[in-house]
Amino acid sequence: MAKVLVVAEHDGQALNPGTARTVAGAAALPDAEIAVAVFCGPASRVPAEAACLAPVGSVLCVASERNAAPLAAVIAPQLAALADDYDYVFGPSTTFGKDLMPRVAALLGVNQVSDLMSVEDARTFKRPVYAGNAIVTVRVPEGRKVVATVRTASWPAVGAGGSAAVEQRSPDVELPTHTRYVGLDAGDSDRPDLQTAHRVVSGGRALGSSENFDIVFALADKLGAAVGASRAAVDAGYVPNDMQVGQTGKIIAPELYVAIGISGAIQHLTGIKDAGTIVAINKDGEAPIFEVADIGLVADLFKAVPELTEAL
Amino acid sequence: MNRIVVGLKRAVDYNVRVRVKSDGSGVETDGVKMSINPFDEIALEEALRMRERGDAAEVIVVSIGGAEAQQQLRTGLAMGADRAILVTCDAVPPPLDRARVFHEIVKREEAGLVILGKQAIDDDNNQTGQMLAAVWGRPQATFASKVVLDGDKALVTREVDAGLETIEVELPAVITTDLRLNEPRYVKLPDIMKAKKKPLETLVFADLGIETSPPIEELTFEAPPARRKGIMVEDVAGLVSALRDKGLI
Ligand SMILES: Cc1cc2nc3c(=O)[nH]c(=O)nc-3n(C[C@H](O)[C@H](O)[C@H](O)COP(=O)(O)OP(=O)(O)OC[C@H]3O[C@@H](n4cnc5c(N)ncnc54)[C@H](O)[C@@H]3O)c2cc1C
Ligand SMILES: Nc1ncnc2c1ncn2[C@@H]1O[C@H](COP(=O)(O)O)[C@@H](O)[C@H]1O
Repeated sequence: MAKVLVVAEHDGQALNPGTARTVAGAAALPDAEIAVAVFCGPASRVPAEAACLAPVGSVLCVASERNAAPLAAVIAPQLAALADDYDYVFGPSTTFGKDLMPRVAALLGVNQVSDLMSVEDARTFKRPVYAGNAIVTVRVPEGRKVVATVRTASWPAVGAGGSAAVEQRSPDVELPTHTRYVGLDAGDSDRPDLQTAHRVVSGGRALGSSENFDIVFALADKLGAAVGASRAAVDAGYVPNDMQVGQTGKIIAPELYVAIGISGAIQHLTGIKDAGTIVAINKDGEAPIFEVADIGLVADLFKAVPELTEAL
Repeated sequence: MNRIVVGLKRAVDYNVRVRVKSDGSGVETDGVKMSINPFDEIALEEALRMRERGDAAEVIVVSIGGAEAQQQLRTGLAMGADRAILVTCDAVPPPLDRARVFHEIVKREEAGLVILGKQAIDDDNNQTGQMLAAVWGRPQATFASKVVLDGDKALVTREVDAGLETIEVELPAVITTDLRLNEPRYVKLPDIMKAKKKPLETLVFADLGIETSPPIEELTFEAPPARRKGIMVEDVAGLVSALRDKGLI
């Protein structure tokens, strides 16, 4: 039997969809018995929500004021203590999981499998390296706990319908006071979430200004799509950082991805390898984005995109 | 603060289109351009600016790898680092052991701050900084896009999925860099000459007496599945009908 502890990601109010995808990765282990650990402030609804994930057998709720903010330095020793009873500790490969899990792995004295994308057997996994230009099959040595971040874009979320028991836990560990949470400056969230949207429209450097980005937003609204961007567009200040798609931004797997005025650098393509259909609109017929596009249109975006929005 | 330690990993240049070897034993590195991992250049730039503002006395660059990593350390010295340490080993040890090497150097040098990249763009591990913070028992501020030092504290803005998060950490601490933290300076020719005279110390990994961990074994490498060849359309009307054919609108 594989006893797996999955750490939940949430914003205090609701589970992040990455959690249900991480649970899917855990459920792919042979004979998995899955528990979800929720670190949260007092009286959070999140543990009850986690208990509804179909394959989850139990929820370990660690509620305290200290756990109200997602600080890796504070959560890591508690998660490492809970991990005593488990063979596997998984977290999502989101910025939350990437920050937390290596700290947990080090406390447990093991190396980590980053961005787990498939389970071959109980100790053998696949993961991307070199910005996704190679896939490596790795094996974790016997007799060690397996600590991994799960590449959320590789795993469809598990459904609800479970009814796991929620146990209160308070691991007996000393919590550091050297790190203090100050705050989060979050972008406006009226639009579909970039990481889970079925459709995404992204803009690149070619947009030229944040005002011009309205062209992208207008098309996205018509399609009911989330909006993304290339690094160049974020660096230029057209849109905030949380919209960046790629190796160092978000790795996404929408059914439809529309790249507008994006050249298709390796680092950007890393983020969209798992997209269903890729549409590219670029005025340069030689742009590398056309090598991966399912549908390509060589055109000036300032003319073609409003026309497309109009036609839909 | 006295000293800042910066990690410089020698990695395949970010412009290289990496190919998997036909026997699946790894990726092609013969004749491939090697550079400082881009996030590490940003880490060094940040450390140099701190020293230039008078917040630190010395910047030490550290690389763990073969003798060829001297090249990247020399570049780091040319950018402005004061000293370099090469920790040589036959095969680069796993991230946890690298973190332990950094911990050993931090103790020897009594460093007040370690700045690493958020990830090396070869293995894409994104682990070493967090692991160092754990073994050192100190704060971590990962994916930093802004760092403000204030006495024995640092206020760090972090790029997270939801936006920009700010945390305050007590020093000593580990910071890992994101791309928007700064734009690294270019190296000028006279600096390359000057860098030849700067100290580069070599330590042998096996002599450091570091507890080692069993690495995660890499069995085979394969190329990612290729995407099917797409179609080109003439105009917006063609695009709309192609989308309709696929049932996407
Ligand atoms: C370590 C590292 C990590 C990185 N991580 C990421 C990442 O996560 N995500 C990411 O996106 N990038 C990343 N990058 C940057 C990446 O290498 C590229 O620089 C970036 O993706 C380029 O963005 P772009 O395509 O918008 O701009 P450009 O490459 O400048 O392309 C602009 C495109 O717009 C087209 N164009 C111009 N005008 C028009 C018009 N009027 N109509 C139609 N088309 C037009 C041009 O033909 C061109 O193809 C990373 C780089 C490094 C070194
Ligand atoms: N062999 C190495 N030599 C020097 N620094 C390293 C080495 N490996 C990792 N690092 C540092 O740790 C960061 C994160 O690397 P990784 O955890 O491998 O993705 C890098 O950006 C470097 O700053």
